[in-house]
Amino acid sequence: MAWDRALYRIKYILGLDMIAGLWITLRYVFKKPVTLNYPYEKGPLSPRFRGEHALRRYPDGTERCIACKLCEAVCPALAITIAAGQADNGARVALRYDIDMTKCINCGLCQEVCPVEAIVEGPNFEYATWSHEELIYDKARLLANGERWESLLAADLAAERKNA
Amino acid sequence: MLWDIFWILAGVACIIAVVLGATSYLTWYERKVLGLIQVRKGPNIVGPFGLLQPVADGIKVLCKETIFPARAHVPLFIFAPVLTFFLALASWAVVPFDKGLVLADINVGVLYILALSSLSVYALIIAGWASNAKYPFLGALRAAAQMISYEVSIGLIFVCVLLFAGSLNLSRIVEAQKDGWFVFSLLFPMMILFFVAALAETNRSPFDLPEGESELVGGFNTEYSSMIFAMFFLGEYANMILVSAMISILFLGGWLAPFEGLSFIPGFVWFAAKIALCLFVFLWVRGTLPRYRYDQLMRIGWKFFLPVSLFWVVISATWVLWRGYGVG
Repeated sequence: MAWDRALYRIKYILGLDMIAGLWITLRYVFKKPVTLNYPYEKGPLSPRFRGEHALRRYPDGTERCIACKLCEAVCPALAITIAAGQADNGARVALRYDIDMTKCINCGLCQEVCPVEAIVEGPNFEYATWSHEELIYDKARLLANGERWESLLAADLAAERKNA
Repeated sequence: MLWDIFWILAGVACIIAVVLGATSYLTWYERKVLGLIQVRKGPNIVGPFGLLQPVADGIKVLCKETIFPARAHVPLFIFAPVLTFFLALASWAVVPFDKGLVLADINVGVLYILALSSLSVYALIIAGWASNAKYPFLGALRAAAQMISYEVSIGLIFVCVLLFAGSLNLSRIVEAQKDGWFVFSLLFPMMILFFVAALAETNRSPFDLPEGESELVGGFNTEYSSMIFAMFFLGEYANMILVSAMISILFLGGWLAPFEGLSFIPGFVWFAAKIALCLFVFLWVRGTLPRYRYDQLMRIGWKFFLPVSLFWVVISATWVLWRGYGVG
């Protein structure tokens, strides 16, 4: 017992534990860095990644959204506002479709609940802005997002369907 | 007479340029080493290998607004970083970069260095007091107590080296190591002690309690911003380099090459290489060890360093009496 104490004392005075720690950090210096040079390199995204929202269209160009307001109802953050109306051909469409991106918590429930795969959360997560107003999206902005990301969105949705 | 003054000023300008350049690149070096230890890359965007990062940081810090706290004593508030900066640069006057390459080859170089490093406590105390806020003041008190405690041991360690070298002139101390550096002698434990004391003296991790973020926000420089903050920062880093230079001079043979065969490489290159090595250990320790508690810091300083260095003065004196100056 006394011997253990003496040994501990010697270890303490010589700083052997410190030297062990220094040895570990010295070895880490020569390891390959795990850094991802973010703006230039990006990590892989899951097809289920929930990023910036988009409103999709059918291949013939008509809007998918039928203003059923399920997303508005399910949205836990109350970020979605929809006004329903009628198109010239009598179809039910959304006159307004606003998402307040500063309220949105990116839970993905709107996308889950949508019966026509109109509102989706895409792979884009780089939509930071300088002002609050720019983050209050209207229907035009969401449709533009849909056009911009359609190829990726369609591929992700197809991957989901194959897994289901 | 006029030419003498000109040459002295030219020497001063050279030293300031070299030290400031080294100081700003030390920040890059530190971030790079810490990054590598943490399996990151460190700065690598601004210029090749991030080498222009110090320039970018300098421009940024110059563009920032200088904020004076409402209750601060403004003249002293400005004076403190200026004093730190000035003292950190002034110490370099007696440092021999190479054989004969020294601004002031005075006989009491070691004393001069000790005197200036003691004075730098004033700068920190003034900064803490002039900020007129609790965290800076606590940080300044800690810094003062810590630096004074460790200066005692540093003084005694200097005495050990002086006994071996037989001179207080830094160039003579280096020349006394011609036949063997002091690190390979009885003084080896003193080098370790000096290094640890230097960590405390320069307020570096693991003894960076004066700026302990977790309890004191930023310590004595909490209220500082912009260029006057940068002067504190540069002063601290210049002190780090100075202490590394002192380790190289006192124990690692200053500008001397490790082997006779390598002496075709100029002395100041060796000197710089030794400083860089010491600085690496500074950063390496920072990347490894957690911060000490304040009572532990004081206990190590007074109950371990002081008696051991005092004892070593006796041992060194005995050795020198027996074998004469120098190693061997």
